[in-house]
Amino acid sequence: MSVMTLVSYEDALASYDPVMGLEVHVELGTKTKMFCGCSTELGAEPNSQTCPTCLGLPGSLPVVNAIGVESAVKIGLALNCDIAEWCRFARKNYFYPDMPKNFQTSQYDEPIAFNGYLDVQLEDGSTFRVEIERAHMEEDTGKSSHVGGATGRIHGATHSLLDYNRAGIPLIEIVTKPIEGAGERAPEVAKAYVAELREVIRSLGVSEARMDKGQMRCDVNLSLRPNGTETFGTRSETKNVNSLRSVERAARYEIQRHATVLTDGGTIVQETRHFHEDNGTTTSGRIKDNAEDYRYFPEPDLVPVAPARAWVEELRAALPELPRVRRARLQAEWGLTDKDMQSVLNAGAVELIQETIAAGAPADQARKWWLGELARRANETGTELSEQPITPVQVARVAALVAEGKLNDKLARQVIEGVLAGEGEPDEIVEKRGLAVVSDDSALGEAVDKAIAENEAIAAKIRDGKVQAVGALVGAVMKATRGQADAARVKDLIFEKLGVSG
Amino acid sequence: MTELIKYTAAETAGAIAKGEVSAVEVAQAHLDRIDAVDKKVNAFLHVDTDGALAAARAVDEKRAKGEELGPLAGVPLALKDVFTTKGVPTTCGSKMLEGWIPPYDATLTTRLKDAGVVILGKTNMDEFAMGSSTENSAYGPTGNPWDLTRIPGGSGGGSAAALAAFEAPLAIGTDTGGSIRQPGAVTGTVGVKPTYGSVSRYGLVAFSSSLDQGGPCARTVLDAALLHEAIAGHDPLDSTSIDAPVPAVVEAARMRDVRGMRIGVVKEFAGEGYQAGVMQRFDESVELLRELGAEVVEVSCPSFTLALPAYYLIAPSECSSNLARFDAMRYGLRVGDDGTRSAEEVTALTREAGFGDEVKRRIILGTYALSSGYYDAYYGSAQKVRTLISRDFDTAFAGVDVLVSPTTPTTAFPIGERADDPMAMYLADLCTIPSNLAGNAAMSLPVGLAPEDNLPVGLQIIAPAMADDRLYRVGGAVEAALNDKWGHTLLEEAPAL
Repeated sequence: MSVMTLVSYEDALASYDPVMGLEVHVELGTKTKMFCGCSTELGAEPNSQTCPTCLGLPGSLPVVNAIGVESAVKIGLALNCDIAEWCRFARKNYFYPDMPKNFQTSQYDEPIAFNGYLDVQLEDGSTFRVEIERAHMEEDTGKSSHVGGATGRIHGATHSLLDYNRAGIPLIEIVTKPIEGAGERAPEVAKAYVAELREVIRSLGVSEARMDKGQMRCDVNLSLRPNGTETFGTRSETKNVNSLRSVERAARYEIQRHATVLTDGGTIVQETRHFHEDNGTTTSGRIKDNAEDYRYFPEPDLVPVAPARAWVEELRAALPELPRVRRARLQAEWGLTDKDMQSVLNAGAVELIQETIAAGAPADQARKWWLGELARRANETGTELSEQPITPVQVARVAALVAEGKLNDKLARQVIEGVLAGEGEPDEIVEKRGLAVVSDDSALGEAVDKAIAENEAIAAKIRDGKVQAVGALVGAVMKATRGQADAARVKDLIFEKLGVSG
Repeated sequence: MTELIKYTAAETAGAIAKGEVSAVEVAQAHLDRIDAVDKKVNAFLHVDTDGALAAARAVDEKRAKGEELGPLAGVPLALKDVFTTKGVPTTCGSKMLEGWIPPYDATLTTRLKDAGVVILGKTNMDEFAMGSSTENSAYGPTGNPWDLTRIPGGSGGGSAAALAAFEAPLAIGTDTGGSIRQPGAVTGTVGVKPTYGSVSRYGLVAFSSSLDQGGPCARTVLDAALLHEAIAGHDPLDSTSIDAPVPAVVEAARMRDVRGMRIGVVKEFAGEGYQAGVMQRFDESVELLRELGAEVVEVSCPSFTLALPAYYLIAPSECSSNLARFDAMRYGLRVGDDGTRSAEEVTALTREAGFGDEVKRRIILGTYALSSGYYDAYYGSAQKVRTLISRDFDTAFAGVDVLVSPTTPTTAFPIGERADDPMAMYLADLCTIPSNLAGNAAMSLPVGLAPEDNLPVGLQIIAPAMADDRLYRVGGAVEAALNDKWGHTLLEEAPAL
């Protein structure tokens, strides 16, 4: 593969206007597959979760999973789509060994949801509306593993292994209308759209939408047209871009690659492309010259799906607060700036903070602990914030102990360490480690007297009015009490003993 | 013992229930008969001697324990080799599935087993149910017991021949364009295509999903009704299955009274291509119905002339997709897998070797009809014709209770006569196809022999969807009147094998 010298991103955008189409496949979190009763649990022994239907054995028939349809309708509603009053499944016919029937049961010209939009928020706080063409139901294929080659791709492999556990898992494919007018922000829009879509899917509770587990997969279709023109250029379809960062990188790379080809007077070939996580480039896959004919026709083994209007309205009424609305509400409730809210989002701390507040902590305290001590620890250990072995209730209790003056920040951090180390509940740890703040004035008084005696020069400065020098004496007292003193009380006592008013 | 094979299913079940004969004796008598005649007839692709005797023993044990037996307990049956049977080979008459042992039972198979029916084995058929003569079987043609040099009809020729040869009193067929009724007509037996959706298709290896329908085959109308009742009913595993009570077909079969019924003769099913002797017996049947007190009127269904071309677009289209799964990857035949070829090459070689000419013809036809650019003109137009045919039926049934016609334009033709002429072969289903396209119910029953060749002629009765009971009411009355007139059943005139 020859290395291509790419036109810079800025130069590409100076001449061309990108048009994108994003196709996202979401695996629904239903207990059973779309057309049979097999489990959808991930990670089972290959081919252990199969039956005559999902193996496509002769004579087997599909039956539609009602929860799958309900999930599709919920997604459609959350994406502001119209819900079909009557629609059918269709067979998409093509041969591939990981597809047991050699047709995929999908939807063609009668999708269950269509004509919607999703507003996504960009990093500068502005909103971009992505129009949704359709969302339709289909089944996943099995999984091929190509063995014996260097790349894991079929070329060069000696043989392939087939696992049909995934065959028949319900998928919703969500297709945008052409995204125009994003200009240089096209890659950012792509990423923000996929991120927002993921949040929507999760908020609906229809899928975990984990991209790293293949539960959400994105195809990035991209074309360029000369600035100021209307007609779309030839597109490339970059398949299975499987992280938010990759979505942005793939779009960016394709903009540069297209611009390079077009600037050289070349033409873009309509083809699928593979994205490479390691170097952020794409390489050619299959040529798609429109000769591919899937011979779609209505699936005769399934009766039409006709969601009753009353039921659709029930689902609409029961939709949870959607992520963008909820984020705005929480930001206002917590009194955060856009930037602070962004860090909460980036840390994945929204739920945790909310639950901590619900357990009685003030918003600033809840945010402080999750984004400070705990986020740092999550970062260090490379784990999710939500996976830390501490609960919002425990964090709220620590915050309460601080508010009651029983702990100071330093001691509170030690208590949290104790919880994370599995030593028990915050109160037990305070007890066991003897971490309560020393507030007994007589005990403190001795320590203060000692500090003044040992630091006469500083004490003299304070008496002379340089009250800010008190910090050094407070530090000495804190050191002597191994941090267990209440710093504010110490300060008061020092001033009292030196006869000055702070 | 030889008499046991002449019993009707109802008589057999009665004799077993009363203890006059054991189910094992009945099964053994039929296994012996198969042993004696099936080399000539070739109705069976697989005889499950052990399974049949075990099922019969279970019925006898149940009776010994004083448990109640169902109305068909212990009655032997020949099952078309298109329904899956757990642990018993299922080939669909194709090399593609030679040696395939399904890991599951079709819903129909389960229902038969639950009813105590003794499945003797699997019957021969045109490959994947595509054909009207059983000559398209990869395992050799079946002979018509009336004349072994003639076809027994198809695709379910094995099931019909097994009945006519007294190898079984009951059989199961599937009817996509006439594959139950046309074999019934040319073998002098009774065959019913129930309303689409009333017998589960789960485990029926699909030819054309929107047309396929399993149904009962028997030597008498009552036996067909008893079998109909055993196999019909809602199945949650088949989403096209109708969730409604099965019409009271057994009761209807016993009525033997058509007084006051309005019967329509379809004008379009006559004329060129219809054998004189077939039309003669048909006309006599219509006259008989009139004598029995029915009111007969002529009705016109103009769209029926378009049924055959529409069928030969819809059925191949669906079959091109349904048969795509035979790719040598998971089960069945695998050709050319020598370690040097790709999966794609092995699939192509296997399909080349595994499918017969008629199957390939239909796959190619259907692939073409569904192709982009042709879809609207072919598949799309055919679906519109389907709607027109349904409307013709609706119009007709607004004025009559049932329609009647000859089942098939001619009697059994000689093996080989139409084998190289697909169009001539397709004409055998001219009268049966409209009911498949509309999804309603239809029956064929024997009404005599054509004078010119002494071969059986079938009368077709068509009823609206979910009015299957009307078929049995009319069929039962005609059958009783004819048996009275002849003093015996038609099959008694069949030559000894």
